[in-house]
Amino acid sequence: MDALPARLDVARIREDFPILSTQVRGKKLVFLDSGASAQKPRAVIEAMTRCMETAYANVHRGAYHLSEVATANFEAAREAAQRFLGAATPEEIVFTRNSTEAFNLVAHSFGRALLKRGQVVLVSEMEHHANLVPWQMLRDAGLGIGLRFIRVTDAGELDLDDYARHLAQGDVGLVSVTHMSNVLGTVTPAARIARMAHEAGARVMFDGSQAAVHRAVDVRAIDADFYAFTGHKLYGPTGIGVLYGKRELLDAMPPFQGGGDMIETVTLEHSTWAAPPARFEPGTPAIIEAAGLLAAIEYVNTIGMEAIEAHERALVEHASATLAQVPGLTLLGSAQDRGGVFAFSLDVAHPHDLSTFLDRRGICVRAGRHCAEPLHARFGLEGGTSRASFGLYTTAEEIDALAEALVAARKFFA
Amino acid sequence: MSAAEEVIAELEEGFALFDDWEDRYRYLMELGRELEPLAPEEMVEANRVSGCQSRVWLTTRAEGGRLRLRAASDAAFVQGILALLLRVYDGRTPAEIMETGPEFLGRLGLDEALSMSRRNGAAAVVGRIQAAAQRMEAGATG
Repeated sequence: MDALPARLDVARIREDFPILSTQVRGKKLVFLDSGASAQKPRAVIEAMTRCMETAYANVHRGAYHLSEVATANFEAAREAAQRFLGAATPEEIVFTRNSTEAFNLVAHSFGRALLKRGQVVLVSEMEHHANLVPWQMLRDAGLGIGLRFIRVTDAGELDLDDYARHLAQGDVGLVSVTHMSNVLGTVTPAARIARMAHEAGARVMFDGSQAAVHRAVDVRAIDADFYAFTGHKLYGPTGIGVLYGKRELLDAMPPFQGGGDMIETVTLEHSTWAAPPARFEPGTPAIIEAAGLLAAIEYVNTIGMEAIEAHERALVEHASATLAQVPGLTLLGSAQDRGGVFAFSLDVAHPHDLSTFLDRRGICVRAGRHCAEPLHARFGLEGGTSRASFGLYTTAEEIDALAEALVAARKFFA
Repeated sequence: MSAAEEVIAELEEGFALFDDWEDRYRYLMELGRELEPLAPEEMVEANRVSGCQSRVWLTTRAEGGRLRLRAASDAAFVQGILALLLRVYDGRTPAEIMETGPEFLGRLGLDEALSMSRRNGAAAVVGRIQAAAQRMEAGATG
């Protein structure tokens, strides 16, 4: 094996997360639901407390010292997000509530204003509902904008031939696909997807909710037009997400919502819009959450995305091998390039029964369709699946504990 | 004590015998397995009970002044809960059904595994049973 980057000291990292030393029903907590929302390191918790205790005021408004400090801290979070994504300028970073809001923003401000009648939005069959429903709403808005779907192969990969066929029709205005599936773990070839879209004259948006947590992302290397991720999956707080948009696109887009802080001038009759990103951030933003997001980005930067990626690749390898040994277990998807998300079904147990059983052993997995109902329908699994997802604090022992519990579950439910 | 209350008391006694949760849930699943399966044509959207995390189907019909019930789920624990509900509610008069709430489920030591959304699911099933009982009563008197 090639030399790996600096190894992660997982035992040491786990000490940073207070919740990981707690117990569930007297059992050691085995948290395997980080894909839904990750746990928080002390650095994030303390940064948010510190913000409220020492540096809190509204931002972009007051001409007094405390407000200036709060504004500087808030903008520092934007700059951290800019560097984290490799964006050219902080003006290309729009704070949203989460990834879902980022998609709604682009569907509204780009979709309604810049897509033309007869054009189509192209998504894949493996999208989270966040990257599906806003486009359905756009399609149904009576603007003559269509919606089509790129097929997913049986292995759970994006069917690039099907993608090319859609692009060849010449009507695609925007491609919006996941950078890493929240069900299959599939990491999609983002740079190639973007190149193909651009060659067909389309813009491209990526759902980085999972990918940004597991891989180093460089929006300029990918040449993404839009890229979204959310704070709470990146060990940060809920209530803050990030939308990256190329400057020339954001400049051309009208606001998503109106209010204070997003205007240049206001009379009773009319307003003119502030430049991006303020144009897309009406009202008081998530100031405390921005402090938490900044701390979260600094936290993963300190550990290093390369080290995190290497750790997770080792976990994925371990999980693939270990779970394959569990009798009656079927893994969903077998993509070549996959991150730490495993959806599976056990022949004798319904996913909800299984998570109840696992919960009694302190093991948290998600049951259901993981906000990806069309994908489950695609694989004929309307009843849903169980999903184990990893974070930088996940250990091989936890995966072993899951596998052991699954073997016990099979005896119990048989 | 009504017939439904007698059954509830029996169930409470029965479940109290289990110290170990695995035994308790194994018993719950056994009860679920005893339910007569629904026919495919009964497992349709019109019989689906919404508000459940897993899929639940319920059919109701009036028979000699009593409400007859059949139910199924794709999840084994939920199927067990349905079996408990049928023991309590199936074949009762509308009046009996209306005065029997689902609270007894929380007294059987199953609440730990009955996630919040599932308990809501059980409440949704009972709500549907009681609505059928109400319709039946309205039909009989009206």
